[in-house]
Amino acid sequence: MGGTPKYPEAPQSMGGLLLQLNTPLCILSYLSGLTWFLLLPALAPRTYLSENAMGSTMVGEGSDLGARALALARDFGGHKRKAGGMPVAWLEQAMFQLGLEVHVQPFSRTLPFPDEAHERYLVRGTNVFGVLRAPRAASTEALLLLVPCSEGSKNNQAVGLLLALAGYCRGQVYWAKDLIFLVTEHDLLGTQAWLEAYHDVNLTDIQSGGIPGRAGAIQAALALELSSDVVTSVDVAVEGLNGQLPNLDLLNLFHSFCLKSGLLCTFQGKLPPPEGPSGPAYAQSLRTLGLMVLGQAGGGPGGAHGLFLRFRIEALTLRGINSFRQHKFDLGVLGRTLEGMFRKLNNLLERLHQSYFLYLLPSLSRFVSIGSYVPSLALLLLVLALRALDLWMRLSRGEEGEGETPPGEARGSLLWLVPPILVSWGAGTALYLLPVRGQAVATQHFPVGEAEAVVLALIGIYVAGMALPHSTHRALSGGGQRGWMSLKLVALLALALLLSCLALLNFSLGFLLGATLVPPAAAVRPGGNRLPLAILLVLTTPGWSLFLVVSGWSQVSLTPLPIAGCPWLCSWFSPRRVCRCSWGSQGSQRGPRCL
Amino acid sequence: MAAAVLLLLLLTAAGPGPGQADAGRERRGALREELLLSPLPTGDVAATFQFRTRWDADLQRGAVSHYRLFPKALGRLVAALGVRELHLALTQGFWRTRYWGQPPLQAPAGAELWVWFQPTVTDVDKAWKELSNILSGIFCASLNFIDSTNTVIPTASFKPLGLANGTDHHLLRYAVLPREVVCTENLTPWKKLLPCGSKAGLAVLLKAERLFHSSYHSQAVHIRPICRDASCLAMSWELRQTLTVVFDFFSSGQGKKDWSLFKMFSRTLTDTCPLASQSKVYVDISPKNKEKELLEVSPPPTSVHEAIVQGDRRTYAVYDLLSPSLFNTSRSLNVQLKWKRPQDSSEMPIPTLHAQRYVGGYGLQTGEICTLIYNTHPYRAFPVILLETVPWYLRLYVHTLTIITKGKENKPSYIHYQPAQDRSRPHLLEMLIQLPANSVTKITIQFERALLKWTEYPPDPNHGFYVGSSVLSALVPSVTAMKDMDVEQSPLFTSLFPSSDGSSYFVRLYTEPLLVNLPTPDFSMPYNVICLTCTVVAVCYGSFYNLLTRTFHVEEPSRGGLAKRLANVIRKFRGVPPL
Repeated sequence: MGGTPKYPEAPQSMGGLLLQLNTPLCILSYLSGLTWFLLLPALAPRTYLSENAMGSTMVGEGSDLGARALALARDFGGHKRKAGGMPVAWLEQAMFQLGLEVHVQPFSRTLPFPDEAHERYLVRGTNVFGVLRAPRAASTEALLLLVPCSEGSKNNQAVGLLLALAGYCRGQVYWAKDLIFLVTEHDLLGTQAWLEAYHDVNLTDIQSGGIPGRAGAIQAALALELSSDVVTSVDVAVEGLNGQLPNLDLLNLFHSFCLKSGLLCTFQGKLPPPEGPSGPAYAQSLRTLGLMVLGQAGGGPGGAHGLFLRFRIEALTLRGINSFRQHKFDLGVLGRTLEGMFRKLNNLLERLHQSYFLYLLPSLSRFVSIGSYVPSLALLLLVLALRALDLWMRLSRGEEGEGETPPGEARGSLLWLVPPILVSWGAGTALYLLPVRGQAVATQHFPVGEAEAVVLALIGIYVAGMALPHSTHRALSGGGQRGWMSLKLVALLALALLLSCLALLNFSLGFLLGATLVPPAAAVRPGGNRLPLAILLVLTTPGWSLFLVVSGWSQVSLTPLPIAGCPWLCSWFSPRRVCRCSWGSQGSQRGPRCL
Repeated sequence: MAAAVLLLLLLTAAGPGPGQADAGRERRGALREELLLSPLPTGDVAATFQFRTRWDADLQRGAVSHYRLFPKALGRLVAALGVRELHLALTQGFWRTRYWGQPPLQAPAGAELWVWFQPTVTDVDKAWKELSNILSGIFCASLNFIDSTNTVIPTASFKPLGLANGTDHHLLRYAVLPREVVCTENLTPWKKLLPCGSKAGLAVLLKAERLFHSSYHSQAVHIRPICRDASCLAMSWELRQTLTVVFDFFSSGQGKKDWSLFKMFSRTLTDTCPLASQSKVYVDISPKNKEKELLEVSPPPTSVHEAIVQGDRRTYAVYDLLSPSLFNTSRSLNVQLKWKRPQDSSEMPIPTLHAQRYVGGYGLQTGEICTLIYNTHPYRAFPVILLETVPWYLRLYVHTLTIITKGKENKPSYIHYQPAQDRSRPHLLEMLIQLPANSVTKITIQFERALLKWTEYPPDPNHGFYVGSSVLSALVPSVTAMKDMDVEQSPLFTSLFPSSDGSSYFVRLYTEPLLVNLPTPDFSMPYNVICLTCTVVAVCYGSFYNLLTRTFHVEEPSRGGLAKRLANVIRKFRGVPPL
């Protein structure tokens, strides 16, 4: 930048302009990034089916499963009560009677934390699944219907509907892909155990019996949660583990069947807003979008389907809701919807790949593609780049101005940067590894529970991170003005890089962290009143933001977190590793001057 | 028509031309046809047709010009290309050995072709290529896609089934096309090879509409040289056409598992093929457990045959279509079977040898091919030969090959591995593995998915890439001792694989084909790039080029508009100088 002596006028004037207008430009960029994001719901186009095989072909749904599903559900409920858990033998027999190839998969997992309900470490369960073999097909492809068999009488109706649907589908001749009807025990734990056994991998130390019967590559999966005999609406969940999303076509397929059967379908518990531009419609779209962003940023799966996405199986969770609305639908309508979806998926000649994988949804019928939402984050990150440019030019101008800076000192000032950077990265790594790895040691030596040990370790490391500025203070004080400037330059660039990487994996998390981290990162500088800055920095810690996101999500959507009691799942959330490390570096590097 | 054929027969038999008396006696043939109906443990029914045309002539001498029962198309092919043995199977679906038991003849999903050539053939590859192309024409199948990328030369798995002097495996070629879809267009040419077509005899039942309304359909052609008689001084040629169909009565009969010929084929048997020397229907009525008869057949069979098939004592009700008593009582034969009581799951027998294969792992970089082989024999161990053919675009890591039985490593006693060559040769892995009694053996090998060239990807709608079935060949020890039978007299379905001794029987099993996804680039992106580039070129370059190459002239002030011209004309008339 500074090394272009040939035309000194142009860069200097440009640079001068940047230096002069840096703060207004930053503010403008940040505000336009936020505005862009807020405008997304208003400008979102309608969804459409990209996949020809699913879009243009007609399927008729002939099933009338309502009464049969309810009878089976009651039967299942009775046996479940009698068995005090999943009635494996009864399910096996029922599926065999329906003409399916039935398999049973036992599994067990030692939990790092005692189970909330039963205070136990070892969880044992059994998954039961039946395979409907497609005629004249060589079992290379399959579709899957999943029903988690939960505690109490939850999801009984879903099992009934699964069995009724299996019985109906068995009598049909048009299947080209095998159908797997899976009932898992212990919600996510059972689903994960089944998926790992099916793909013959072991990611989470689940001990499970092998799967004696397979059906090739699973093309799509639907998870069903249903706890009432009638439903007023069906809610669909898309967010998977780490913010992964299924192909948009699967959602479009569901939406088109909702429209066809007149079923009331919601996304994030919200109906599609009324057509046409209006204030309330925009507000509702924005609220739905916000809920989705919060849910995705949390990184937890929005339902049992969330675990399938990692194995590249497109999956959705359909959740039957029974509210106080007047008009109720019986299970027959839901059965027909499922049947129609499976028939269309059966027609697929390829994997679901035509439509978007990266999108945000302001309502069930509208979508925001990656091309539209990325500029909002790009504008936020531009703030960091502008700030870094400003610092870089001031540093290089200072060099030119002083002219006589001995080269040794310059090198020395850069060397000073190494310890704080290393220490902060180390703190980030410790934040990721220590709480989970070290909990066993902690419980041995201190009188704390496993869950408390993790939380205490987290808090401990964060607090220790606050002390970091003091320890690096001396190292930096020698550099004078240039010291903090070059440190901040590196920190800004590192933050921009990490945020952009994070946004590729999980846009929502990247955007939320960007929106909270960018203003303090751009604004902090030594001098002035230190207390407000310190409070601001602590409040924008990613740990704090994540806590707010998770609690905010469950508050705003007015539904309890659907999956609780699986804290060990947290250890997989790899983006958290990224953000912890990023905060580690940020906190310590900006810290020295403001604390 | 049958009468005409008979007349022709008599003529050829009675009046041989001069010098052909010897040849005429030699060229005798016989057609035996049979249908085996066996209820499967799951309640489905398997129907296996076998048509055997036997020809007492030496095709290789080349002097044969008159064909009678033996189809000319195949006969000339065998003679011209020096084929010693030919086995072609076209299959739609997958035989579920675990639930359906051991079939008389199994075939992998898709198309399978294996051929032994005569030692006189010099260029085997050329003959193989030519043969697959001709067969592709005869059977309307995509056999012309057989090339060096899917052809292998197994060393141990495929032995000649007929007479053979040597077993130099360089004369053998084997290929599987797992993607092949089998339908009516493959069935029709197969039916036309039968001496009676589908006009008479058992072939009347071969109605395409019903045969493809089933769970499994497999048709095959086997040509091999056999001994003419017990002394084996002369050679005969045998053409065996088999067709196996599995009918699923659960979906069609609302849970009722009773069946009849009419229900399966929507036809009944009314007459026999006049060219057939034997025409029989066998119904497997062996009791599943000792005490109770489960099945009831009607009409009463002409005889009951007891045989030991694949290590099991079986009872068959036999209907001999050639016996005059059969069609006396009623004009047509409609074999019916009724279950006396419903089955339950506990009664399902598990075959001694069965296998399962799948792709393990996730993601698009690496994966693992896992094969599980089950030996459920209570006390006998036996070896099995595993043949694995993997396309080149899955790069196998041979060092990751592990064979685990009962938690311990199982060292194969024989390994033949031929690595793949990109775009020219598949991987071939053959192993001889000992299966301990009552055990599961897990064989895993890791692979990496290759990036293909952009023209090598199939056109857009594709399910993925198929990996053909692996082949398991084994001599399975039988529970019941077998007697040596007269091969010529025993039913056809017992006799393709001759058993070496009484204590074991030969089984060839095929595992599931696999579907693997390769990393596929977004092909719409080049399209977008091309579109964008074209637009940029057209708009920017075009207008720029236009600007650069256009020559600019200073234009003379124009002569004005229409009014001015009119005015000038008028002025000219008036003699006034123009404007």
